[in-house]
Amino acid sequence: MKKIKLSNISTVALLLILVAVMFIALACASDVFLTTNNLQNLIRQTAIYGVIAIGMTFVIMSGGIDLSVGSVVGLSGVICAMLMSNASWPIFPAAVAAVLVATLVGVFNGIIIFDGKVPPFIATLGVNTAMRGVIMLITGARMISGLPKAFTSFSRDTFLYIPMLGWVWFIIIAVAIVVIKYTTFGRNNFAVGSNTEAARLSGINIRLTTYGVYTVCAFLSAIAGVLMTARLGNGVPTGGEGYETDAIAAAVLGGASLTGAEGSIIGTVLGSLIMATLRNGGNLLGVNSFVLDIIIGLMIVFAVMLDKKRKK
Amino acid sequence: MEAFGNELVRLENISKTFPGVKALKNVKFSVHAGEIHALVGENGAGKSTLIKVLTGAHMADPGGEIYINGKKTEIPNPASAMAQGIGAVYQDVMTAPHLSVGENFFLGKLPKKGCFIDWARVNRETRESMKQIGVDINPTTLVKNLSVAAQEMVAIGKMVRERAKVIIFDEPTALLTNEEVGQLFALIRRLKSEGCGIIYISHRMEEIFSLCDTVTVLKDGEYVDTVPVSSVDENGLIAMMVGRKLEDMYSIQHPEPGDVVLEVRNMTRAGVFKDVSFKVRKGEIFGLYGLVGAGRTETLRAITGADPFDEGSVFIDGKKVSIRNPKTSIKSGLAFLTEDRKRQGLAMNLSVNFNVNIASYDLISKSGFINLSKEKNRTQKYVKEIRIKTPTINQKASNLSGGNQQKVIIGRWLACSSKVFIFDEPTVGVDVGAKVEIYHLFEQLLKQGAAIIVISSYLPEVMGLSDRIAVMSEGRIMRELSRSEFAKDGVMNEEMMVRLASGIVD
Repeated sequence: MKKIKLSNISTVALLLILVAVMFIALACASDVFLTTNNLQNLIRQTAIYGVIAIGMTFVIMSGGIDLSVGSVVGLSGVICAMLMSNASWPIFPAAVAAVLVATLVGVFNGIIIFDGKVPPFIATLGVNTAMRGVIMLITGARMISGLPKAFTSFSRDTFLYIPMLGWVWFIIIAVAIVVIKYTTFGRNNFAVGSNTEAARLSGINIRLTTYGVYTVCAFLSAIAGVLMTARLGNGVPTGGEGYETDAIAAAVLGGASLTGAEGSIIGTVLGSLIMATLRNGGNLLGVNSFVLDIIIGLMIVFAVMLDKKRKK
Repeated sequence: MEAFGNELVRLENISKTFPGVKALKNVKFSVHAGEIHALVGENGAGKSTLIKVLTGAHMADPGGEIYINGKKTEIPNPASAMAQGIGAVYQDVMTAPHLSVGENFFLGKLPKKGCFIDWARVNRETRESMKQIGVDINPTTLVKNLSVAAQEMVAIGKMVRERAKVIIFDEPTALLTNEEVGQLFALIRRLKSEGCGIIYISHRMEEIFSLCDTVTVLKDGEYVDTVPVSSVDENGLIAMMVGRKLEDMYSIQHPEPGDVVLEVRNMTRAGVFKDVSFKVRKGEIFGLYGLVGAGRTETLRAITGADPFDEGSVFIDGKKVSIRNPKTSIKSGLAFLTEDRKRQGLAMNLSVNFNVNIASYDLISKSGFINLSKEKNRTQKYVKEIRIKTPTINQKASNLSGGNQQKVIIGRWLACSSKVFIFDEPTVGVDVGAKVEIYHLFEQLLKQGAAIIVISSYLPEVMGLSDRIAVMSEGRIMRELSRSEFAKDGVMNEEMMVRLASGIVD
């Protein structure tokens, strides 16, 4: 047998193998795993995290980090719910308005980070806490119910057997890939992540790039917030709490490096899928959810260790 | 040949194989007490590998022999090298910048009184050791607040304290001013007179001739020869290093200068530079000489929009341009090639393709979408035109040699159709072979009608290349000299340059 060198396999190929192995193992271990119903469920679970993780990938590629995505998800979710339920707005305008308002948080992040020169970790940590406070204030910490049927059923609807949530995710994946590969914004993002000073001296507008990545991340998180609200059927003030860790984990699992300029959208998509599959499979097999957390946590650390070794 | 003391270190038959490359092939080398022994060779000749074998960072292949004081020994790790009296000073020094000088001296073995650190002893002994080498530094100063020269002194003091008998200097002057170089040399000579053996690595030829006793030349990992410095001249030494004869590497063709392309009037930034004015013509090389800190780099960073300035104006082709940031400067045709390629020039972990196009994506994209085939074609064009040695255009910049990295940056500015190329210390950290190639590129640029500004603190380079030179001191242009003034009858008047740079007007 020919010896295959670990270092010759790309991160994406490695992740694909991992996904395949997991699917085969789960299919053997559980009768339910490969049913249409469960696979559709898996896609729904992955989609919401997956959309945020793509935004996070943009930020991480630029050498930053965004810890505020959780509260952006929550904010857009409750605004959307309040507009539909309290103000009786139609679904589409409510969703658009919620996304736009929550996206402003990203612009705000960009301003604090670039103009205020606050390290991204601290800036977004602060904004996350503050925004959660805003959510609690405007909702009175109460759940918002009475959402239109058409809205909540969106999260259960399918088109060509694939859930609508999945379609949203897929479209965003495609757009993100195009942006990274074909646009100056995508390239500038890499340049800033690799060497900010060299990028600046090459005439790249660091301000716009920084605003851009945090705005993109908030925009995608805001979309995720609307999707989450549809799935939960209520506006939940604590919605999205802790999502930042899963998003970062998915991106890092997919090969993104926190030092910037490394990572790929496909990698992040596979990273999200692996995390969701572990959760889904663990539930099907009746693994204690606390134990599952331990497994997932260790796996993230181990995967990154392996990746670092391989790249040496 | 001078008579030296005992042989302190002898390396015999040293080879080092890395996966895929043989970095050293049967190299020999020795140092005696009281000898300053230069180790020279182009980048990749194996100097650093040899030093790493000696300092225990690498193990030599089996069969290599190391003798210290005539006794056969092994150096399996850095601690063992230190214990056997071998120490090294690197250009970017080893110290922990946030700790005090004293702490650095005792790093890892701070003396204790009871269960507390004995600071009095740390400070006392540090001060004594520094006095021993004739330097007065407060032991409680944080290392990051010291100049690079002082940091090197601290590193040397630490080695003297630890009784190093063989001290290796790896490009120690790369970041020093002329005055500091003088201090360092005095200290090295003192170490020599006290019976230390010195191994000295430098790209700067004149340092080898003024400081060293013996020189060993390596080429492509092989031993070439060891000769007394007094028996060779610069051209002879370079010929040994590159294995071929070199004509004077600075003699490139200068076309007849054309119209003024860049004019700078009264540039001022309070406390940094004042009233700087000069003109540069098409097809000419304008040198800017001065000591480190004279404001040369700062002035040109301001002109290219990298740093702000208070007053002054910039004219390109006779038209006034407003420079607000690097982007406007690039648009008006200025290209700034920074000295520190790693930190300010290249996106090291990204591809050659990316690094060539990084400043000109605007030119090859429509409403934000990049034309990928144009991107690739441009890179391939410049890789071919300026002979960038890279396996593919997707190679990471960090994997290229210093000379080729410089070429990638030149390619980047060619891609922006720049008119004025400003090189800040263009050949720092570049080996002789690549230097010659970079100077040939200058020739090519001039032929295409570009103008070049060279900032250099290396006199032979700036005098050898420039048509005109402005000498700066303390933020002002002291004088502008034409070639006929600084090179009367082909003889370079270095003394005048140094006097001007030190602020002395005849």
